[in-house]
Amino acid sequence: MTLRELPKIRFTFWKAVFLVIMVAGIYCTYVRFFRGLGASTNLTDQFPWGLWIGFDVMCGVMLAAGGFTLTAAVEIFNIKSWHSIMRPTVLTAFMGYLLVCAALMYDLGLPWNIWHPLIMRNPHSVMFEVAYCVMFYTTVLALEFSPIVFERLGWKKALTVVRRLMLVFVILGVILSTLHQSSLGTLYLIMPNKLHPFWYSPLLPVFFYLSAIAVGLAMMIFESSMSSKYFGRQLELHILRDMGAVLVVVLAIYGLIRFEDLIARGVWHQIFIPSYEQRFFLLEIFLSVIIPLILLLIPKVRNSAQGLYLAAVLILLGFVTNRLNVAITGVENAVGGRYAPKWTEVVITAMFVALGFAIFGLATRYLPIFPEEEAHSPVAQVPESIPIEIAEPVHAGD
Amino acid sequence: MSKGILYDATLCIDCKQCEQACATENGLPYDDKIAEQDFTSAYKYTTVLAKGDKYMRRLCMNCDDPACASVCPVGALKKTALGPVTYDQHKCMGCRYCMAACPFGVPKYQWDKAVPGVRKCIMCSSRVQNGKPTACAEACPTGATKFGDRDELLKEARQRIQENPDKYVHHVFGETEVGGTSVLLLSSVDFTTFGYRDDLTQRALPMYTFQVLQHIPQFIPVFGTLLGGIYWITHRREAVAEAEDNEKKGGVQ
Repeated sequence: MTLRELPKIRFTFWKAVFLVIMVAGIYCTYVRFFRGLGASTNLTDQFPWGLWIGFDVMCGVMLAAGGFTLTAAVEIFNIKSWHSIMRPTVLTAFMGYLLVCAALMYDLGLPWNIWHPLIMRNPHSVMFEVAYCVMFYTTVLALEFSPIVFERLGWKKALTVVRRLMLVFVILGVILSTLHQSSLGTLYLIMPNKLHPFWYSPLLPVFFYLSAIAVGLAMMIFESSMSSKYFGRQLELHILRDMGAVLVVVLAIYGLIRFEDLIARGVWHQIFIPSYEQRFFLLEIFLSVIIPLILLLIPKVRNSAQGLYLAAVLILLGFVTNRLNVAITGVENAVGGRYAPKWTEVVITAMFVALGFAIFGLATRYLPIFPEEEAHSPVAQVPESIPIEIAEPVHAGD
Repeated sequence: MSKGILYDATLCIDCKQCEQACATENGLPYDDKIAEQDFTSAYKYTTVLAKGDKYMRRLCMNCDDPACASVCPVGALKKTALGPVTYDQHKCMGCRYCMAACPFGVPKYQWDKAVPGVRKCIMCSSRVQNGKPTACAEACPTGATKFGDRDELLKEARQRIQENPDKYVHHVFGETEVGGTSVLLLSSVDFTTFGYRDDLTQRALPMYTFQVLQHIPQFIPVFGTLLGGIYWITHRREAVAEAEDNEKKGGVQ
């Protein structure tokens, strides 16, 4: 089988999957907006927040953290060698935030009132801060992304203006992201008697921020690996190695503070007592910190594309578990009940994930996302063992 | 003067007159089936719980410094000076943070509606404004639910405990819980029997977030300047290196 034939078969398959998800998604959208949240979700008075907040919003924002991490590294810290992955990363962040906004419209009970925080202000509310951060940062991301569009359209004047102001956008973007990523943790500070002590900590905003940086880096490794596998992009192993090294530092700091925090709050011993929460806590910690740290500390792993890819995937899964633990597992005991999403909730979430992949695929096709690409030089491939389902994105948009 | 409700479970006879009056006041349906529900919902704001011959009411505690009002991004929930914590659906965008944040699990949602809102006991805000007691207190035939000034009610509650130390649990629930609540509860059995938690913080909950949020106004300019400074240093370093490089080259030539 030649390389040219292989994708063709996958195209139709993934296109079909994409279509099925979309059709189901449209039906679920109808149920959500015409029959209400009760008909479309498993949310209850005990569980007002479920999968759409826990995954679509909390994880969506976290997975978009590469945007501010990389712009800060390249533009502010002047790490020039990382510049080549700037565009796909900003694209991911921009797309991530747009999808978060869209997902919010599903979760809000009265989504047509979403503009209310503009004129009805309660600055004592963390949700108010979140609303403003989402609004401003999505705008900043649009501006950071705009040169790519202007370039494609050939609007030279607009391009010059935006490029001249880029530093301002970058600094604003880093400030807004710092506030926003941490504020998703701050949201839970008001629930000291609700959130399980494994997760409730006065340092929640710090944990959310540090983990967002780790996820931002992991996401860039993941994306570069994917791009090299499915776009025939050259894998910039030197960048990924640097990121692996930074990840060691970030994860070590994060792990250390979390560990210290557990001791300081006197819940350390609970880690050894089997319980529902303990299982999810251990799963999260092993996936997000312990295994990736061990992997990345082995030079052979840290210096190989496969090793970095594996560590990145574990980090992503680990921190997704963390966000879901905070949003769902950690409050189940206090409200007295279990929550599992309804199929319609899962379909809507799947729809947004699929849309994300599709938009990324379309954008790379029609916009100069990889401008300096030397065409067709598939070097340093990620191994075939990578689960294929993750490839959906790329083909879905074709 | 801030108003309040004192519910003394030892005087309660489980007649559910308060439930009936509450439904009427709020234009909600009420029948035998609803009377049997031992939980509150968007269609039933208060309920009398029974365990043997012990009773306990559930209703919004109308906290002195309510978490729900503090977390509402649009200020749809408000603590009024008179005591009631009110809700305005015209402002609400349906984020349900109030439900997630409430330490008593009080705000309920109209899950079955396409245009849903939050519902909870608002301590008969309009009645209280007009100088009337809450519907539940007015309807109570035994005086178990009593309306009045919160300070007076608190004094009375303490006095009742003092006069009958064997009859009561020595605690006025709501005196200090989450910084104090407008609704005060007295009971002869442990409050946890009816799901009231005994491990609630004594601090007002909004302080937990405000101690973080208050730093944002300083954080923005400081962090912005820091980032600008780092930019200046890293790029200055580069410019200097370049200049030195050129100089060296110049010297050689």
